Amino acid sequence: MASIAVPKSTGYERPAILDWLTTVDHKKLGILYFYFTMFFFAVGGVLALLVRTQLAVADNAFVNNNVYNQIFTMHASAMLFLFIIPVWAAFGNYIVPLQIGAPDMAFPRINALSFWLLPPAGIIMFSGFFVDGGAAQAGWTAYSPLARTLGTGMDLWIIAVLLLGISSTIGAANFLVTMFRMRAPGMTMFRMPIFCWTVLATSILQLLATPVLAAALVMLYIDRNYGGSFFDPNGGGNAVLWQNVFWFYSHPAVYIMILPGMGIISEILPVFSRKPLFGYKAFVFATMGIAGLGFSVWAHHMFTTGAVLKPFFAFMTFMIGVPTGVKIFNWLATLWKGQITFETPMLFALGFISMFLIGGINGTYSAAVPVDFALHDTYFVVAHIHYVLFGGSVFAVFGGLYYWFPKIWGRKLNERLGQVHFALMFIGFNLTFFPMHLLGLDGMPRRIATYSADHNWDFLNSLSTAGAFIIAVSMIPFLINVTMAFLRPKDQPNDPWEANTLEWWTTSPPPVHNFDDIPPIYSERPLWELKHGKGADASHH
Amino acid sequence: MLGFILFAASEVMFFGGLFAAYFIARADSPSWPPVELLSPEQIASGVKLELEFTLPLIATIILVTSSFVIQWAVMSIARGNRTGLIWGLFISITLGLVFLAMQMYDYSQLHFRADDTIYGTTFFTLTGFHGAHVAGGVIFMGVILARSLAGQFSAKHHEAVEACSFYWHFVDVVWIALFATLYIFGGA
Repeated sequence: MASIAVPKSTGYERPAILDWLTTVDHKKLGILYFYFTMFFFAVGGVLALLVRTQLAVADNAFVNNNVYNQIFTMHASAMLFLFIIPVWAAFGNYIVPLQIGAPDMAFPRINALSFWLLPPAGIIMFSGFFVDGGAAQAGWTAYSPLARTLGTGMDLWIIAVLLLGISSTIGAANFLVTMFRMRAPGMTMFRMPIFCWTVLATSILQLLATPVLAAALVMLYIDRNYGGSFFDPNGGGNAVLWQNVFWFYSHPAVYIMILPGMGIISEILPVFSRKPLFGYKAFVFATMGIAGLGFSVWAHHMFTTGAVLKPFFAFMTFMIGVPTGVKIFNWLATLWKGQITFETPMLFALGFISMFLIGGINGTYSAAVPVDFALHDTYFVVAHIHYVLFGGSVFAVFGGLYYWFPKIWGRKLNERLGQVHFALMFIGFNLTFFPMHLLGLDGMPRRIATYSADHNWDFLNSLSTAGAFIIAVSMIPFLINVTMAFLRPKDQPNDPWEANTLEWWTTSPPPVHNFDDIPPIYSERPLWELKHGKGADASHH
Repeated sequence: MLGFILFAASEVMFFGGLFAAYFIARADSPSWPPVELLSPEQIASGVKLELEFTLPLIATIILVTSSFVIQWAVMSIARGNRTGLIWGLFISITLGLVFLAMQMYDYSQLHFRADDTIYGTTFFTLTGFHGAHVAGGVIFMGVILARSLAGQFSAKHHEAVEACSFYWHFVDVVWIALFATLYIFGGA
């Protein structure tokens, strides 16, 4: 293979702060995304603790109804729009160009724009707490007519989500062009690592669904500020229209929020089972299948409006369980007879499979129309969404962080602290969210500030609150771990895990230009090939 | 160019969302324009849910013409003809500005506002966002014109010109859909 010697940079170096503020390097932007999203994960977490504190006991008056509405709305908005969705851009930014052997993203400056739209959006959204009437309080779903009537905090929320939507739309176009046009020689589409495929599917969803959310937000803004009638039946509008356009984005958005997580654990499982991912192509088609079907299930959020074609949307929702089930079997078959080792990334990946499975099953269960009528807007749905988005996505985020930490920051996180982190988080998570199934079946509605002692919901709610604080405590070993790692010198080799994909070919962390050379690529596991496969002796080719 | 096509796809979805709102409102309404929704006060103050036709028709012809002109500009630079490129862009920009001026005049002559029923809301939202895209297109063409005058394009290297014309065609197509929906099949 030809390689180009790049001379070491000498002479003038920009001050670090200026460098970080103006960088167009996908790796530095990826790291900025990590810091931004982890900050809002913490903010959203604190809001969640406030919610759980209020609900710990019956007839509680820790916060008043008004404040309660603000904190649960902002908890969800922070977690979804400022944490989960952009955290995949963090992983995607850092990892995708490395995995396909590219020097950077296709549009580095647009990439920087995607990131720099986020901090103003976060500030605008949270500045709602300081205006008259407080922050947005219509829930993250912002249903009309409620959302048409609330104070300025709602307008700030709309503007912030619009900015985030623009960020994610242009980011998606950037990822797609990067993967279509920037792959290294030999890296065909069907040799792309599975994480790239999941980012690709997510990007398609973001590109096509997010603009519809933008249209919905624009309509809501016009209704609120210019006397529009989009969602006002008195003027000939339709309040259910909001639910249609909102969920047309926000249901695909739940796949936006989970697919890259599935990609991450599909990178981790083969490495720590010492086996290839079982059924690579099936996994790719399942991912694309979820993306495609994802556009035809939105109205299952709206069964109780009576305004949607229930059999169609119930059927399509059951259908989407098929490609998802395919993936579960991909993962289980990957583990089967593998030489499994339980490093921390693997613990989180296994946690993902078990809890995502629960979240998937109780989601499919709620897709049955009669069941949905009974469970709609109860804590059962809250349990479902947290099993997929926390038990799924958040566990994948931490799995990915432990897995790629040596690559990104050049140090390995401590295994023992990682195990403590995982154990606390796993226990805390299930203690928090499992009781919510039972509360939901017992009819406890979500988004209420308190409940009467007559319902006997105290015990399960206090368990749930205790669990939430255990999750918070689980962050302590993680933060100690990261701090200790940063205090150590960078000592990681290129490929500390003996992994399969190209990002482990270059140094840890990689140089600005990513690769000095690229090995021959014969499969979706170029590094494995190099050690054990055809690439071990390239002279045959 | 691929990135630009993807961007246009997202724009299609944005307008798709707005069109969906329009058609849902129209399907919900017993008549269109929904005159029965007007209050006695609105009628007394002179609100009429009616559109001009002749002026928007002329504006449509102008915008469609500009699409042909910018295509001519692209074909010129593909043959290495920079003068054709510059003139094509200049004429397209002028036609775009004339369209915007006509739209502003048309707005000033209407007897309803955005807060006069869903009819006014959808009309001004759809045509307003389209107008904003026309303005964006004019700025885009202005940038490309400046770069053309600086001699940055050649028969081989003119991808930005193609992207610009692609965007302008897209804006044009959206307008044709809007004109057909709001004016030709706009109800009684």
